[in-house]
Amino acid sequence: MTTSATAPPQGAEEAAPADAGPRLPRRLAGLALLLAVLAVCAVLSVAVGARGIAPAEVWRSLLTPDGGEASTIVHALRLPRTLLGAVVGIALGVAGVLMQSHTRNPIADPSLLGVAYGAACAVVFSVFLLGLSDVSSYVWFAIGGALAASVAVFAVASGGSRGPTPVTLLLAGAAMSALLSAIASAVVLLDESSLEVYRFWRIGSLSGRPEGVTAQILPFVAAGLVLALLGTRGMNALALGDDVATSLGHRVRLVRASGVAAIALLAGGAVAAAGPIGFVGLVAPHAARAVTGPDHRWLVPYAALCGASLVLAADVTGRVLRGSGEVEVGIVLAVLGGPFFVALVRRRRLIEL
Amino acid sequence: MSASAPPSPAPETSPGAALDRPVLRIGPATWPWRPRTVLVCLAVAVLLAAAFLRALVAFDSSSVGLADTAAVLLGAGDPGQRFIVLELRMPRAATGALVGAALGLSGALLQSLARNPLASPDTLGIGWGAAIGAVTVIVFGGSAGGVSGAAARFGVPAGAIVGGLATAVVVFGLSWRSGVHSNRLLLVGIAVSLTCANLVYWLMTWTDLQSAARAQTWVTGSLHAADWDRAGTAAVALAVLIPLALGAGRTLGALGLGDDAALGLGVRVGAARLVLLVLSALLVCVATAASGPINFVALAAPQIAMRLCRCAQPPPFTAMLMGGALTLVADQLAAGLFAPLQLPVGVFTAVLGAPYLMYLIVLRHREARL
Repeated sequence: MTTSATAPPQGAEEAAPADAGPRLPRRLAGLALLLAVLAVCAVLSVAVGARGIAPAEVWRSLLTPDGGEASTIVHALRLPRTLLGAVVGIALGVAGVLMQSHTRNPIADPSLLGVAYGAACAVVFSVFLLGLSDVSSYVWFAIGGALAASVAVFAVASGGSRGPTPVTLLLAGAAMSALLSAIASAVVLLDESSLEVYRFWRIGSLSGRPEGVTAQILPFVAAGLVLALLGTRGMNALALGDDVATSLGHRVRLVRASGVAAIALLAGGAVAAAGPIGFVGLVAPHAARAVTGPDHRWLVPYAALCGASLVLAADVTGRVLRGSGEVEVGIVLAVLGGPFFVALVRRRRLIEL
Repeated sequence: MSASAPPSPAPETSPGAALDRPVLRIGPATWPWRPRTVLVCLAVAVLLAAAFLRALVAFDSSSVGLADTAAVLLGAGDPGQRFIVLELRMPRAATGALVGAALGLSGALLQSLARNPLASPDTLGIGWGAAIGAVTVIVFGGSAGGVSGAAARFGVPAGAIVGGLATAVVVFGLSWRSGVHSNRLLLVGIAVSLTCANLVYWLMTWTDLQSAARAQTWVTGSLHAADWDRAGTAAVALAVLIPLALGAGRTLGALGLGDDAALGLGVRVGAARLVLLVLSALLVCVATAASGPINFVALAAPQIAMRLCRCAQPPPFTAMLMGGALTLVADQLAAGLFAPLQLPVGVFTAVLGAPYLMYLIVLRHREARL
């Protein structure tokens, strides 16, 4: 753990003043602003829903749960859902930063590179073949699947002579996703009753999740976050190239291995809880980078907050869009994220990092 | 017909020898006579015919065997056997061959146009766009999702064609920045196909479980539900599209030399490219309407055909035959592997095709301008 020897776990905030210079106030203000945005999103997520409950009523039942209808809705449905959305968003946003910097590729995201489908495929296998039904038992499979898929995609993409370009990496990810989702749908088709669960879970949704799911994935997401924060200095050095990072005293393999482990923990945990939600890991880091620049010590917390706000905002949007039912958060994000992706591709002349 | 392979440069012959090469002329069109291409075409055609006949003998666990099938084909056999062979097995085999042929041809055109072996309807999202149109009809068209009659015969193909063409226009339009760079095209294609795939899965949550299961099978790419209605619609559409595409494919050789050289050879570059793009998108749409998106056939068939023929570009006619043969073989393997459970053929082609795409990626990545 070279990085932890030189920087304490919370090195992001403590070490920043030394070299952040005049950017520090701006970054702190941005962080405060993001926290405010996240708070607004969380409040909206609790206050808005298919069932019209007046804000005052929501507030009252939040403070004094009385067992009434409004109170039950707020405490049993909306609060857990908001928490889940925040945790999943944090996990996916940070996983996106890690994937983008470890592949040195601006268009990377757990769902684009097949990692989310690795987790999804493993979950389908464990649920429908081993009969596991508890999130805390199949989250292990999700993490294993995410790990295997990310290692495989990195291996395929770096197999060429010139290292991975964005196109090769994305196509490898697309091929991986196609392969894994075909296997998953074969399993589902063999057992038709499971389709009922699968077809809602696969598009990525925060609703209808089992009770206590957030608590069950929280340890894994927290471990992934700690790994990611520990690795921020290493990632800053890696951005200069492997050779420079080595000469600066970083152990490149260790940094990469801990990065891949963090990706697996974060993406696996998020997918196990809410299904493969796409594009958060693409959009959140870019939004964060626009303010922080390339410094990972700031980028990681910014992207975490951006991701959480994004997921909650998309979830609320989905609830408002369709009166009685709802548009699942994964669909909202896919419809918003696709154009973002295209804009990214068009803006950079031929994306190179 | 075997001579309709595209004019491809023969690297091993000197210019003087090329002049001596026999050519085939039909009206204004001229093709060089390449014995290897003809041989490969014949071999693949034999494979296609064999796979088709094999498909008539056994897909299911019923007891209609080789001798019975032969009897039915010769006009004998009892009504039950006739039904199984002529109404169940033959439409499935015919649909598989037609769909595969359309996909192989479309992939050959797209790969030649993009000058990139990674371009195919799968990576450009056209198949998923067609799927949106078709699934919309399946979900909203019939009572409880049981699409039949006019909705199935015309609605699903029409929906697929509208969705696929719209997606093709969107993908090419978005990747246009004073010319289409094939890398940007692929990236935009991936983004669009991801979005379309999500929308398809979202549409599937709108219905009850029965239609969701039907749509899931369809989305994976399956020939289970093939009947003469679908096969007939596809056959009529392809009877128009395939000759047009093969004819338009004559300009591919010239286009492959670059815009200036193609102009110098008398090709109207913009128009030729547009016609080829539209035709290849239409081929994918018809195929998708008949069977759902069958992954990677359009990617793999042209590449295999190109390597067998040792051409510089994927040969459209050989790729077409190869696509049909690949689809039929994959369908039989998928049906037989876990018998009596029948996997959709799309699962099988994805499991084989995705590693092949990764192999292509590892092998080489070439940049080209379209």
